[in-house]
Amino acid sequence: MPPLDLTAAAVMLAALVGYAVLGGADFGAGVWDLLARGPRAARQREVIEQAIAPIWEANHVWLILVVVVLFTAFPPAFGAIMTALHIPVTIMLVGIVLRGASFVFRAYDSREDHVQQRWGRVFAISSTITPIMLGTIIAGISSGDIELEDGYVMSGWFNSWLGVFPLAVGGFTLVLFAYVAAIFLTVETFDEPDLQEDFRRRGLLAAIALGAFALLVALLAGDHAPQIREELFRSWWSWPLQIATGVAAIGALAGLYLRHFFLARTLAVAQVALILVGWGASMSPYLVVDDVRYDDAAAPDITLKLMLGALAVGSLILFPSLYYLYRIFKGRQAFALIDLPGIDDAGPGGADEPPTRT
Amino acid sequence: MSDLLAARLQMAMSLGFHIIFASVGIAMPLLMVISEGLWLRTGDETYLKLARRWAKGTAILFAVGAVSGTVLSFELGLLWPRFMGWAGGLIGMPFSLEGFAFFTEAIFLGVYLYGWDRVGRIAHWVAGWLVAISGTLSGIFVVMANAWMNQPAGFDLVDGQPENIDPMAAMFNDAAFHQTLHMTIAAFLATSFAVAAIHTALLRRHPGSAFHRKAIGIALTVGVITAVIQPISGDISARFVAENQPAKLAALEAHWETAEGAALTIGGIPDADSRTTRFGIQIPRALSLLAHHDPNAEVTGLDQIPEGEWPPVAIVHIAFQIMVGIGFLLMGVGIWGALLYWRRRAVPEHPWFQWALMLCGPLGFVAVEAGWTVTEVGRQPWIIFQVMRTEEALTQVPNLIVPLISFTVLYILLSIATAWLLYRQVVIEPREEETGGEFLPRRRHATA
Repeated sequence: MPPLDLTAAAVMLAALVGYAVLGGADFGAGVWDLLARGPRAARQREVIEQAIAPIWEANHVWLILVVVVLFTAFPPAFGAIMTALHIPVTIMLVGIVLRGASFVFRAYDSREDHVQQRWGRVFAISSTITPIMLGTIIAGISSGDIELEDGYVMSGWFNSWLGVFPLAVGGFTLVLFAYVAAIFLTVETFDEPDLQEDFRRRGLLAAIALGAFALLVALLAGDHAPQIREELFRSWWSWPLQIATGVAAIGALAGLYLRHFFLARTLAVAQVALILVGWGASMSPYLVVDDVRYDDAAAPDITLKLMLGALAVGSLILFPSLYYLYRIFKGRQAFALIDLPGIDDAGPGGADEPPTRT
Repeated sequence: MSDLLAARLQMAMSLGFHIIFASVGIAMPLLMVISEGLWLRTGDETYLKLARRWAKGTAILFAVGAVSGTVLSFELGLLWPRFMGWAGGLIGMPFSLEGFAFFTEAIFLGVYLYGWDRVGRIAHWVAGWLVAISGTLSGIFVVMANAWMNQPAGFDLVDGQPENIDPMAAMFNDAAFHQTLHMTIAAFLATSFAVAAIHTALLRRHPGSAFHRKAIGIALTVGVITAVIQPISGDISARFVAENQPAKLAALEAHWETAEGAALTIGGIPDADSRTTRFGIQIPRALSLLAHHDPNAEVTGLDQIPEGEWPPVAIVHIAFQIMVGIGFLLMGVGIWGALLYWRRRAVPEHPWFQWALMLCGPLGFVAVEAGWTVTEVGRQPWIIFQVMRTEEALTQVPNLIVPLISFTVLYILLSIATAWLLYRQVVIEPREEETGGEFLPRRRHATA
């Protein structure tokens, strides 16, 4: 049994992976709404809307889980992060509110009028800003630029998140979400080859941009996030992890290029998870680099035990429910890991699922 | 404006905004599953149409509730990091459980709203029940955490820090029962009266509409039941507060001097400087009777509380009068409606009653806001009752007026947009009358 505080931190990281893959794809889809171009722009927007409508609220809850675990298991860390990064967190929240509200306003407003188009704009722009802010927050806690004394922030309100490195991480996060979204959307559009090609091209472009941002972040990390850089390149686990991440990235790219869309999706998800696991492992033992260690900030054992117990019991309800949700709206292909012949016939609302009500 | 005041206003505004959407999110699923259940039993398509129309409105309101709730969970740290740093380990338990309840709610709401054509009838109905149950539970968990702030439990205070903590004892603190009961009933009460009022207005515009009659029938049934039991739950709350939070009781009753056989002051404007209440109506011994169920009991007045620990008396007293006044008004209208129904065995359509109901439409939510003002302002100057003062919890971040203004503008815009959208989508008859309803299935049917 690993120590309770480490387990709680691992759960938090797992929830963050959940948010990045599922919630992230919803934000990334908003980016493609913003960038919808060409003869099928309207169809692209429609597909995006239909893909995320029934699931975005559930996907959003992963973020709530991250926050709740943070303030329950590591209360002083929550206080420190929310103080030092008050501004980017606030901007992110405004983005979250505008994204959610404008999405549902657009979906329920009448189709072709200008009010609806305006909400669509708000949806697309807030979907873009929110991931950038999330990235700057992650950079802020990773860089060591936050300085605390007796729980008081001494490093100002801008330094730790408004700079070249945090903005590079923000850009990386945005491109990562857009990349995952494009790949998910290739699977969603299996029955419309033109549209699928649109998203395939977008996915390939995003993959290239992602590589560029990854390189930029890695170069800047040497100066701006020494802890991460050090751990990420020196630890015993670093090379297997780096190689696995690289294999997943190249595999996903190849899958996308060769139109093995399911395989590409599986590998892209693995890639996101590995990136975050690598980041999380190199943060250890810190929650805020140099200042807040997870073992110092941990709540008493009784709190951690009860919380982890509640999470374990809760996940017995959560995972079957999530399975049910995706099974209903994404069909059998929701869980297909690789491309198998005939899988396309079992899409959402496809032949195996006749409407039960007339 | 001081940062403390800005932070308190931002919290109050965020909570006041969210609570309306949260209440609707708790109560609407019940109305929907009742209507859908009646459709399943009777086969009357009107009930199905009604459930679907309500589902449309709920989708909009739930989304705004979900995102504004997210804001609140972050604001705990953005505005009160020292409170969360101190108490996170103690009150994290109900928040963790709330996380799962909210997850379940969001998942099955997705199934409910978009799954009309994708799951079986019973599965769909069960999904609706799961939304109703998990929504209610998530409200209960959040209020449990708030109850702990009023009635802290589950720790020993050693040098200003919590030791020997017991999160279960914190979660099941003594105030948890009466607060969750009162708030849960309030959510159903406020929402069902608002729904009944809207459909009454529509029924007057479309006389004889079976659709609106059925809607009023369902909403008013829930409304009458909750309106009648809410004063009982209020009595439980008041007696608890009298025993455990005497400063809050004294403030909400504007009770200045400790006395046996204390009189109840109804209405009036309290003035803390002169320690008097102008224009109030005094009912002899009534306060002792209400607070302790004994006309001669002693009721602690504000004179027993150091002035530095007084909540703002005028705000708390007036908010309390509003809440109780509305509570009794809704109960009266509810009983009137029940009598009319009992005489005619039909949804009451007496014009006076209809007008009364329409006027009551927004009042339930006014009472919810007033009730939260009583609880939150009545706890001041404490954020954790008698343990931590609100100013001690405040963030060190300066210029809090900036986020205050930002969120205020944002929420005003969202309120206008939501009201406009509900008006267009739910009140005005939708053009494609409940055919596919939501847009999801359309695409696949077009191309499959």
